[in-house]
Amino acid sequence: MANRIKRGVSLYSFQNETFQGKMTLEDCIRTCAEMNANGIEVIGEQSFWGLPEYAVDPAEIENWHALIKKYNCVPVSHDYMLDYKRYKGREMPLDEQIASVKKDIDFGVALGVKYLRSLVSIAPEVLVGAAPYAEEKGIMLLTEVHAPLHFDHPWIIRLAEAFQKSGSKALGFLPDMGMFLHAYPPVWRAKFERLGVPKHIADYIVKAYEDRILSEYVILNVQQMGGVGPAIAMAEVMRHNAAFEPKRMLGYMPMIHNIHGKFYQMDADYVEPSIPYEEIVRVLQQGGYDGYICSEYEGNRWIEDAEEPDSVEQVRRQQVMLARLIGEPTPHALAA
Amino acid sequence: MMDNKMICTDVFENVVENGTAVGFAFLGRLPYYRGLGLSMIEDIAVSVDGEKIARDDIRFSVRGKTYTLDEMETVYDNRWNFGEKARIIALKAGGLAPGNHKIEFAVRMRVSYLPFVPTTKDTKELALAA
Repeated sequence: MANRIKRGVSLYSFQNETFQGKMTLEDCIRTCAEMNANGIEVIGEQSFWGLPEYAVDPAEIENWHALIKKYNCVPVSHDYMLDYKRYKGREMPLDEQIASVKKDIDFGVALGVKYLRSLVSIAPEVLVGAAPYAEEKGIMLLTEVHAPLHFDHPWIIRLAEAFQKSGSKALGFLPDMGMFLHAYPPVWRAKFERLGVPKHIADYIVKAYEDRILSEYVILNVQQMGGVGPAIAMAEVMRHNAAFEPKRMLGYMPMIHNIHGKFYQMDADYVEPSIPYEEIVRVLQQGGYDGYICSEYEGNRWIEDAEEPDSVEQVRRQQVMLARLIGEPTPHALAA
Repeated sequence: MMDNKMICTDVFENVVENGTAVGFAFLGRLPYYRGLGLSMIEDIAVSVDGEKIARDDIRFSVRGKTYTLDEMETVYDNRWNFGEKARIIALKAGGLAPGNHKIEFAVRMRVSYLPFVPTTKDTKELALAA
């Protein structure tokens, strides 16, 4: 089948294990290869020590390439951060921000990726300013469209206009599927209940989310139900998350080159209960998308207070789901 | 995030200079999914058995370099890496008595893309060997 979507993993998914030294870079890459998810995305500052304050040990870069080769994987993206609040009390000047992005472009080249992920808060003038250097180096800078932002938000429209006006082919988007949050994630609810939110309030918030009630009304109603502290917080996350429509990506397809397959929980039946992946993959196929969807497991932070996350199993389940939705035969290695 | 993994349990000891205990030390990790340049660590707060250590009496040490918190605010060539165990030193004359102590450790960090300044803390009971 032409235009088949490719599967990858952001090593962000394994943060709970790598933070504690329970998985090495090799464990991560081997794990992805075993799932036939051969696209590898990294947050440079997570997978490599030093960047950007001091030099990454060249041996670490050599090791990366040796592992990519050993497990027959493909470097997809380096997600850079650009700390423009590096100086206390003043924002980093524009020229310095552009210079910083160029350093990350060099690092991306060193890793052999085609894409760099730009955080959504990075200003269009920084990206447009760095674009010629990116083009020269064969790199694309992809702004991550992430909740609470979405494709109809004025900030994203401003970015898209600036990208188009620049005429540069090095600028585009990387949507995070978390912006299509169609149901209140059960792991969020469970965490808030552990923090003391009464069941009737949790029930109300989950139902209000399903009914698409404006977050501000929900917060007021929770206050009037006697909700305090964690109950208010449970409602307030609705300010930053919403059920935007996957079909909105269709207006941007030529600018979309990588996808964050965000998920909070994959159930044993291979379903993400809060993010509509069937619809998402259908839309992407309709739009002719043939890049990677990189798993991005973010349930870890919602359950770590109660249990040790099993990130590998969570990613495996999502990869089974993606393989099925994309139309691949289920690889033997993915079978439970 | 990583709240309950901030305080490491592998080191907890008095800091001795010229035969005198001048404070205590433990290993701490940044509660974040990446590392952070030291200038963006706004504050590190340590309490022992409910007693707060003054900001000026805290030292942060990674890979052989030790800083006060005020010094860190203008350090642009070093960072607290992802998962890296930093040595957190609290100056306290006489150090701590052997036995169990409740340590509270909080980090406030300036993260460019966040519309708030997060403080994350961990509390653990650590045993100081005699």
